[in-house]
Amino acid sequence: MAGLELLSDQGFRLDGRRPHELRKIQCKMGVFKQADGSAYIEQGNTKALATVYGPHEVTGSRSKIEHDKVLINCQYSMATFSTGERRSRSKGDRKSQEMQLHLKKTFEAAILTQLYPRSQIDIYVQILQADGGNYSACVNAATLAIIDAGIPMKDFVCASTAGFVSDTPIVDISYLEESQGGPELVVALLPKSDQIVEFQVNSRLHLDNFENVLDMAVKGCKDIHAVLSRAVKENVSELASHMNKT
Amino acid sequence: MLKSKSFVKKTRKGSIIKVVREHYLRDDIWCGSQACSQCNQQELILEKSPSSGSDICKFPHYLLPDTNVVLHQVDILEDEIIKNCIFLQTVQQEVKHRSLPAYKRIQGLTANPDKKFYVFSNEYHKDTFTERLGGETANDYNDRVIRKAASWYTEHLANCGDSPPKVVLLTNDKANQEKAKAEGIITYTVYEYVKSLTEKPLLVDRLAQIEQNERKKDKMDVDIKSGKGKGILYPEHLGMAAIQRGIKEGQYRQGTFLASRENYREGFVSVPGEEKMFFIKGLSNLNRVVQNDAVAIEVLPKHKWTCPSSLIEVDDNVDPEAVNSLESEDDQKASPISASAQPTCRVVGIIKRNWRQYCGTIEPSIMKGGSRHLVRPAEKRIPKIRIETRQAESLLGHRIIVAMDSWPRTSRYPVSFLIFTGSFCEKFRRDWRQGTENQVLLLEHDVPHGPFSETVLSFLPKMPWTITDEDLKLRTDLRWVDVCSVDPPGCTDIDDALHCRPLDNGNYEVGVHIADVSHFIKPGNAWTTKLRAWTTVYLTDKRIDMVPDLLSSNLCSLRGGEERFAFSVIWELTKDAEILDTKFMKSIIRSRAALTYEEAQLRIDDKSQTDAVATSLRGLLALSKILKKGRLEKGALVLASPEIRFNIDSETHDPIDVQEKMIRETNSMVEEFMLLANTSVARKILGDFTKSSLLRRHPVPPPSQYEMEQGALARGFKLEIDNGLTLSKSLDEAVMEENPLFNTLLRMLTTRCMTQAVYFSSGTIPEEDFFHFGLASPIYTHFTSPIRRYADLMVHRMLAVAIGYEEVCPELLNQEKVQEICENLNYRHKMAQYAGRASVELHTHIFFRNKVTVEDGYILFVRKNALQVFIPKYGFEGTLFLKEKGKEGLFIYNEQEPSQTAGNVKFCLFDKVRVQISTEMSNLQHQRLKIGLVEPQ
Repeated sequence: MAGLELLSDQGFRLDGRRPHELRKIQCKMGVFKQADGSAYIEQGNTKALATVYGPHEVTGSRSKIEHDKVLINCQYSMATFSTGERRSRSKGDRKSQEMQLHLKKTFEAAILTQLYPRSQIDIYVQILQADGGNYSACVNAATLAIIDAGIPMKDFVCASTAGFVSDTPIVDISYLEESQGGPELVVALLPKSDQIVEFQVNSRLHLDNFENVLDMAVKGCKDIHAVLSRAVKENVSELASHMNKT
Repeated sequence: MLKSKSFVKKTRKGSIIKVVREHYLRDDIWCGSQACSQCNQQELILEKSPSSGSDICKFPHYLLPDTNVVLHQVDILEDEIIKNCIFLQTVQQEVKHRSLPAYKRIQGLTANPDKKFYVFSNEYHKDTFTERLGGETANDYNDRVIRKAASWYTEHLANCGDSPPKVVLLTNDKANQEKAKAEGIITYTVYEYVKSLTEKPLLVDRLAQIEQNERKKDKMDVDIKSGKGKGILYPEHLGMAAIQRGIKEGQYRQGTFLASRENYREGFVSVPGEEKMFFIKGLSNLNRVVQNDAVAIEVLPKHKWTCPSSLIEVDDNVDPEAVNSLESEDDQKASPISASAQPTCRVVGIIKRNWRQYCGTIEPSIMKGGSRHLVRPAEKRIPKIRIETRQAESLLGHRIIVAMDSWPRTSRYPVSFLIFTGSFCEKFRRDWRQGTENQVLLLEHDVPHGPFSETVLSFLPKMPWTITDEDLKLRTDLRWVDVCSVDPPGCTDIDDALHCRPLDNGNYEVGVHIADVSHFIKPGNAWTTKLRAWTTVYLTDKRIDMVPDLLSSNLCSLRGGEERFAFSVIWELTKDAEILDTKFMKSIIRSRAALTYEEAQLRIDDKSQTDAVATSLRGLLALSKILKKGRLEKGALVLASPEIRFNIDSETHDPIDVQEKMIRETNSMVEEFMLLANTSVARKILGDFTKSSLLRRHPVPPPSQYEMEQGALARGFKLEIDNGLTLSKSLDEAVMEENPLFNTLLRMLTTRCMTQAVYFSSGTIPEEDFFHFGLASPIYTHFTSPIRRYADLMVHRMLAVAIGYEEVCPELLNQEKVQEICENLNYRHKMAQYAGRASVELHTHIFFRNKVTVEDGYILFVRKNALQVFIPKYGFEGTLFLKEKGKEGLFIYNEQEPSQTAGNVKFCLFDKVRVQISTEMSNLQHQRLKIGLVEPQ
């Protein structure tokens, strides 16, 4: 696959995007009625579903109870049909455990945890279709679901990725771009305060280039924030109009 | 911003899986035309109303070639008359997929702003995107895509202004053309279009040739398929898969082909990891390889092994259609297999051709008016090349440049075409003006020699240049030190200066100051990529600079009395030249004097001079002698190569006189400290860049390469070739009273047996292989000539990082990238050397023109039919033929000694002869120096 030219001389990526462009985002809040909060997001061909339960009493072992803040429980899974080859995935394998941990840390930093001591919030995310940027899709979906559930947060958490191809940073990389083995930055951001809550780098990236790539990822997060906040506003106004009718 | 439409693609990777990819269609891709008023574009490449040189479309137009046209007629597109062309993304991708060389050429075209070639990303454009229909072949689909883009352009441009340019689709496909016409697109075949270009009638000639070749190729394929093997001269090459399998199984070996300089029917293959090179003999065993090709070989069974015939042979065939079977040609020369048979092999396949452009002259054809001719390349190791042209008459006597195209099995010679740059082809007047001859030299050796580009010049510092306070803060001020430089006379690019001063504790402080070129040439800007050559090339009467003149002979040159930036290495040495301490620093110096070797020698010898510079020089000289002694004791070799200088007439630029270069004590003084600096720097950078230091090594030559051992033995000297130390000692001892040049000759021959020193990246080979054989140094690099070598510049950057002066930049850390640079450097370095030598040779020829002289010479090699004679006065060597071709000579060849005997006259290695030198004018291309025997009769 060495010959694959990720960025043409004319400045187009393989799918026709320019380096700074996100994939198309579509989202919907409140997709399930049973859950306290739920959301569905599509970032290009990456599709994720998030449901949120709580805050409620701590289930299972009482030793998990935290006395000064809420316990956040994350579950991550990928649908058997999410990739090109159908494969049933065992729950709690290494990869999803790692992802769970990352998600947990991310949301512990964003949710006002001190408001609900001795209780628990469950966040379940599932990838329905995987095409790169699974983590960011999960974070974005979960943010919407938490907002849907009415749980107070410091800010939206928006996540995005950035790669580095032929001396140019590219934002929101797809599976094809991910699999070429270049460096990848994953950033989760609180857009209003510019605080980074989660940050990963895969593969080597020289410090000289780092700043540019990070800027690109942060800009991606802010663009996503604009889309998400519009979706939230639309959702709220729709709810309001429903309430006025009844 | 985003027009989102996704579509589904199926691909197969082993198992069949469905791959879904997004494909975004956009409305912000512009047409690239200056005539357009609708597009909101910044880059306007295509001209508003391009002038048309064509008879059939007299209106202004843009060309839109389809894939096949681009693939097969790149040469036409490269002609300067073709401008304003639209390349579709579809076309570009298909070309890339089918032929990388063609792709690279169109990349070059689009990068050239004069050509005005625009790449239109049609697959991402919302109006030109087309989905592939079920059951449609890839070809039909691509044709349809191209038509769609063409009709979009036609429509789009029609709305622009009064007389907008139109789009002309170039395609050779009949069906496609008809469909295009039905859709209202103007379309022509390349032939029709090129024929209509009245300004360039010659282009048609070129085109016809291509088409003919195509047809012939098709026909040949049919021939081969139908089993008509008539006219096939060479065995078939194996396919890549078969070669790889064979190499894996050990049946074949992979190596690089090196043609023999002496016999066109012989050559060697150097296989990495093998001490001895494999020998190839006979045209059908050579099987169409050309110098430097990467080949797969099969080693022949032992009873078929043979050895070089020791004949010096030149291909005298002049018939371009020669079809006489190769075997008959080979067989007639079959020599009995002697005891000294070498591993012999034959070529089974070509892994990679390393063809470049070759310079040569057309040979007068035996058939008048024929269109096929032979080109004799200037480089002896390249076979003759066949060319098709109808202008042979006008090309006769000119130098032309050709590019090899293919070497079909049916052709005795490789087939080529003329390269045309600018006009139809670059012709060089075959006269003795060095201007043209130099150009030929440079082209032949792939030395870029055009003027520096604007971008490069824009990075030059503004004049007048001054030292700022900031520079003073960062650099060590060494202006108070008495520094001076010692160089050959007339040197304007002074890149090193020295100083030496006694310290209070009885030791010496010695400093080597190297011009700080890296201060002006920063990584990342246009410098790194657009440097013309990677090294300065010295021709006898011309210098091709690596960096622009402003830097090379002004700002970076450490001229006397001027303040300059330097990169300094400062040692504390004891009286016995032991290094106590080494410091590296960026500094500012002011050279007290720029001396020549001669002046420096005079200052040292003149006891009355006691100024700082003179004492400093004396100190340096004393220390250098100790250093040199130590180095020689470790086994460093003193090798010899003839170096001569021409005194050039200032008016005609013809050489008037030849001089041997004088070697003074001061030469070796400067050299000694440069070696010391290089070694110290190499150690330092290896500490910081363990994996990616740019170092230089000189591999230990395998003992089997020493050819002259026997000859020396015959004279009663045994050469100890086990290691550098013993070799150096035995060379020192080999002195003959009656033949003072014997030692020099022996050293010259030893030099030839050596392998080349090469640059490498430290991570690529184990540390024990870093050894520099010639200098007997465990580690070495080049640091001291950054003005004329790019390698030194890289080392400067690394050292600057190592001493914490500069931030590290990513490319210095990348082992592969450094290795890539090293390989390029090695290549350029070699080419620069060859070019320099060729220049000297050229001047020797000019010098002997219309002259007949008798000189002393010494025999360097004894061959079956000739002697290789070295003439020390002029520092060149020539071949002395002992027998005419086809005739029985007087001389009897003895292979064991080796020697040639006739009556009571016997020629052995190192024998002294008197020869007559004159120029042979019969052949235009190779105006060989003819050497005739005078004494002994």
